[in-house]
Amino acid sequence: MELFNSESKKIISDPINVNNPISLQVLGICSALAVTIRLDQAIIMTLAVIFVLCSSNVILSIIRNYIPNRVRIVIMLSVIASLVSVVDELLKAYLYDMSKQLSVFVGLIITNCIIMGRAEAFALKNGPSKAFLDGIGNGFGYGLIIIIVSFFRELFGAGTITLPDGGAGYVLWRIPESWYAAGYENIGLLVLSPGAFIILGLVIWVQREMAGVEEDA
Amino acid sequence: MHSNNYTLGFVFIVTIILGSMLSFTKDSIKDLQEENLKADVQKTILRSLKFDESLLQTNELIEQTFKSYIDAKCVNIEGVIVECAIEEIDIEKNVDVLPVYIRKDNNEIKGIALPVAGKGLWSTIFGYIALNPDTDSVLGIQFYKHGETPGLGGEVEKKWFTDNFINHPQEDSSGSITYVPKKIRDSNGKIVSIKVVKGGVDYSDTNMESIHQVDGISGATVTADGVTDFLLEDLLRYEKTLDKIRDYGTI
Repeated sequence: MELFNSESKKIISDPINVNNPISLQVLGICSALAVTIRLDQAIIMTLAVIFVLCSSNVILSIIRNYIPNRVRIVIMLSVIASLVSVVDELLKAYLYDMSKQLSVFVGLIITNCIIMGRAEAFALKNGPSKAFLDGIGNGFGYGLIIIIVSFFRELFGAGTITLPDGGAGYVLWRIPESWYAAGYENIGLLVLSPGAFIILGLVIWVQREMAGVEEDA
Repeated sequence: MHSNNYTLGFVFIVTIILGSMLSFTKDSIKDLQEENLKADVQKTILRSLKFDESLLQTNELIEQTFKSYIDAKCVNIEGVIVECAIEEIDIEKNVDVLPVYIRKDNNEIKGIALPVAGKGLWSTIFGYIALNPDTDSVLGIQFYKHGETPGLGGEVEKKWFTDNFINHPQEDSSGSITYVPKKIRDSNGKIVSIKVVKGGVDYSDTNMESIHQVDGISGATVTADGVTDFLLEDLLRYEKTLDKIRDYGTI
């Protein structure tokens, strides 16, 4: 199979756009709500999810013909759980501050429906290279949405834009003091969970509108 | 359909492979993780003592700052200095040998950090409370390890909560408000610690205790009560030591 024929492109681009795991399938929104308070957390979380998703897809796809059907869910879970533990340990060793901020949510990647969903729906039915591309596509599809959500939550909620730098985060830009002096105020609601729901709802609306999706009545 | 033996064998092999992968990863990065943990504790102590954030950027910098400014000692409950391996003390269980971290600039005491730990709702919360040399007013407080619910009890480690301890609004005669630290001693010099109050501190004139109270966290009453309890319990253990520092300026 040629790597970048039209089918491969579709495997990557579909989940980013017309079949986005968050905005269309509304999967994995638990972490989408929890780790979108700051942009740098969302970026690291995206990388972690892409790593776990691609690796689990490829591993499960390689062994798909040998997995006894009766225990496939258990096998999928153990592979995913092990990969997540590896990511968690690596973060504790190399990005300690970030791992403290993401706290339980790294561990909760295990229960991220996107990963189990892609393993069951795609990796067990396709070859490793396609499964890898599917992982990339869905990982970026997930990342795109949470990065957009976190950008707006951090900018309007806390008044900063923070990029990951291996430590407590590098503040790229913050709303100047003169704006606050002129009466501008941060929207505290956006930092709380309801704020995440509101932004996510808006993003889903815009994204579906742009992708031209229509819900069946 | 695969046979039972095949299924069992398959599960067995997968378990072995995944298990080895995990233990190999853990083993190869364990040292780095422990270094991070140690630096995190030191960072918490330094933060509670209000060191500038620029001195706390990397693990090396933290260790260097810690070495050059912090005088780490152990005392017993009578306030007498005792020998100890300060890094190995179990802060939660130990009551005989108590660690004290003193910030000294040019041999002058600038602050005293004491470990505090106790049960919240789900877990033990670990932190440090730092006092000014008067051993009464709070210099800072920081929590570094807990398993409380993020967003509820987990808020104890957030700046808005810890800032409560150093921002007590005080109205002077001209009506303008200045912020002073909360106090752990009452007017007779007895240690009364600081209470985390459900619903927020009542700052009206009728509440004489407001200098010993901080705002609670909505949805985390049990965590807050835990903090109140262990702060008092732990500070009382240091009563004699703190009296000594107040009266003589040294331990």
